[in-house]
Amino acid sequence: MSAEVVQSRREWLLSERPASRMQARLGRAYVAWRRFSANRLAFIGLLIILALVVVAAFAGVLAPYSPTVGDLKNARLLAPGAAHWFGTDDLGRDIYSRIVYGSRWTLYVVILVAVIAAPIGLLVGTVAGYAGGWTDAILMRITDIFLAFPKLVLALAFVAALGPGIENAVLAIAITSWPPYARIARAETLTVRNSDYIKAVQLMGASPFRIVLRHIMPLCISSLIIRVTLDMAGIILTAAGLGFLGLGAQPPLPEWGAMIASGRRFILDQWWVAAAPGAAILIVSLGFNLLGDGLRDALDPRSGDQ
Amino acid sequence: MSVAENQAAAGRGSARAVAILSSLGRFLVIAVTTYLGLLAVTFFIGRVIPIDPVLAVLGDRAPTAVVERTRREMGLDLPWIEQFYIYVKNAIHGDFGTSVLTTNPVMTDIRRAFPATIELATLGTLIGAVIGVPLGVLAAVRRGSLIDQIVRIIGLIGYSVPIFWLGLLGLVLFYAKLQWVAFPARLDVVYEYTFTPITGFYLLDAAMQGQWDVFYDAYRHIILPASLLGYFSLAYISRMTRSFMLNEMAQEYIVAARAKGLSEALIIWGHALRNAAVPMVTVIALSYASLLEGSVLTETVFSWPGIGLYITNSLQNADMNAVLGGTIVIGSVFIGINLLSDLLYRLLDPRTKVG
Repeated sequence: MSAEVVQSRREWLLSERPASRMQARLGRAYVAWRRFSANRLAFIGLLIILALVVVAAFAGVLAPYSPTVGDLKNARLLAPGAAHWFGTDDLGRDIYSRIVYGSRWTLYVVILVAVIAAPIGLLVGTVAGYAGGWTDAILMRITDIFLAFPKLVLALAFVAALGPGIENAVLAIAITSWPPYARIARAETLTVRNSDYIKAVQLMGASPFRIVLRHIMPLCISSLIIRVTLDMAGIILTAAGLGFLGLGAQPPLPEWGAMIASGRRFILDQWWVAAAPGAAILIVSLGFNLLGDGLRDALDPRSGDQ
Repeated sequence: MSVAENQAAAGRGSARAVAILSSLGRFLVIAVTTYLGLLAVTFFIGRVIPIDPVLAVLGDRAPTAVVERTRREMGLDLPWIEQFYIYVKNAIHGDFGTSVLTTNPVMTDIRRAFPATIELATLGTLIGAVIGVPLGVLAAVRRGSLIDQIVRIIGLIGYSVPIFWLGLLGLVLFYAKLQWVAFPARLDVVYEYTFTPITGFYLLDAAMQGQWDVFYDAYRHIILPASLLGYFSLAYISRMTRSFMLNEMAQEYIVAARAKGLSEALIIWGHALRNAAVPMVTVIALSYASLLEGSVLTETVFSWPGIGLYITNSLQNADMNAVLGGTIVIGSVFIGINLLSDLLYRLLDPRTKVG
């Protein structure tokens, strides 16, 4: 591709007078991407998350051993070496393979929590913001009450009542993590509810339900995505904490938090059993934090230098 | 002073009083609804989620007559709103039922465990604030420098690392390998039975009684978990301090102070930091509250006999009264600190005064 073609494409993307909606949209995306990829740390974050997705997708290919069945006779608590990169645990299972398969559970938790909590917050926030009055006051009071609770302790109590298990852990985390989304969605709704286009839709006879769903919610999505990405690290840490306390994933699932818990018994002699899964958690949540920071800076230039 | 001026002053005074009263009223409404919300959620967890709370207490082999009697004793035959009323009344009196595990009233257990948690969280916050504030100030003043980068990395790792994992690694390094600190507990076994605590804060008690060997021993036990919590608090405090300081340093009064010829040190520590102090109080209070919560995992790793360990031990034994009692106590303190820091912010910052 010659330099001139690149130059003209750039100009087309950055044009001040886009000829079509498509061009405007692509241009905006291009500017956001330029700002995002100029941020080296954010780019590293993106790479970490992509790597997580790839590892989870191809776990079967990447893991040399079974994640659940070990060689009890010959391979108990081996130190890291050529055959077992990160060593083996007390049941003779290869820790590297378990971490590779564990990436699936991390993604599972993160995606499910986002899918449950974000729509709840979106619904509460947009309805409160659009309806106003008593509905707003009551919904926001409930939101603030939940916002004031200690998240981890409440999630603990929920899982204690629901019974241990990864699904219940997901549910408990989702129940405790929707309030910030509701606040964001409400703030976005308040900025658009009195705008001309909403008035226009109202005049055309759209029901409040349709206005909230089709004309307000889509505008809240981008700030919500940033916030969800920033929260991912916290979600992973909470899930790992629940797993560590034996309330999340149950054995023999290769969940990282539960793996640290089982390695705790040998921590003074065979430290690698607990060290490797913890490092995996650290890297992945670091990735989400870097990505979230970068997304915020790219999509919201106001907070750029804070 | 003329009559008109007097009236105007009185009018301002009463308007001010009304404003203060209404903001106080608002505060009370917020405080009461938040605490009721906490109790409603724990009530829901304890009474509604279990399909039959009686079975949860008695097990499924109890004879029908006993089940019926227990149901009445627990008040489960009453309408749920009345049940909730009784629940709230008991909770206000500190009655969270009896622990199945220890057979004590839950409140007795909590009262015994509470000082340990407070001691740990307080020391953690102290470490975090004493190191975190100067770090944050330096990072803001020398923006983009090496120290700014270091503060950024400390913050990023603090937000990303699992606290229990870092605690375990700390034990391997500082206890097993270097032997700088003592094993996970509050005191050595030798002192466990000879030392009589007064307040329950061992460092303070030992110092008050002049038992410096006990003090040193308690210090060797607390320093690792407290530093760990301190690190998390430091990560948060330094990042927020940096952001507040950047905000202040861009103000015009800083330019004025420079024009007057004040020294840079006086401008930074005397003017900018003093103006950032109000939001900083809030941040330190919030970090203290989150350390109370973070103590659940830390105490489990370090066998620290506080509320966190009490909750996790009870969890493992399906002792719901104890779990919910601990949740309410930690939640109450957490909410209380949140509300107080909000109130403090309003009182300390003249800009937030109404009228």
